[in-house]
Amino acid sequence: MYLGKVIGPVVCSIKDPALHGRTLLLIRRLPNGPAVVAIDAVGAGASETVYVCRGREAAFAFKPEEVPTEATVVAIVDTIEREL
Amino acid sequence: MLLARIIGTVVATRKDPRLEGKKLLICRPVDPNGNDEKGYLIAVDTVHAGFKEQVLIVQGSSARMAYGCKDTPVDAAIVGIVDQVSLD
Repeated sequence: MYLGKVIGPVVCSIKDPALHGRTLLLIRRLPNGPAVVAIDAVGAGASETVYVCRGREAAFAFKPEEVPTEATVVAIVDTIEREL
Repeated sequence: MLLARIIGTVVATRKDPRLEGKKLLICRPVDPNGNDEKGYLIAVDTVHAGFKEQVLIVQGSSARMAYGCKDTPVDAAIVGIVDQVSLD
């Protein structure tokens, strides 16, 4: 799992039936990672810092439905505290 | 999941029986602005995508959850045709 920043929505009208009604977001991995497309499970919006779950486990956010996703936004970050 | 554009097709006569009837497409990853990135991947098409279209690809074991790919030996599947990418 990693932190990302929402950089915009992705619109697909032709898509897998399991993706209908789901929001696709373009996420930039922080601090300077690549852009990936993730499914939104929490209602995140533009330029918010979010928590992204990757891999097979990303689909668990939508159980019992089987959604073909390998990246899901599972939380919106309020604050980050760290040393240095 | 990543954005890619379709740059070609692959034809395989002899293949795993569970892949029969599935279209294999060569895809090149692109950045959000549509510029090409390095490398390529072969993905199974589940949405009837065509040449030069920008698509959404799901990779890894999640690709098996794409429509019609249950229990098939795939690790990359095209699950959407991209209409628009907005950058805020």
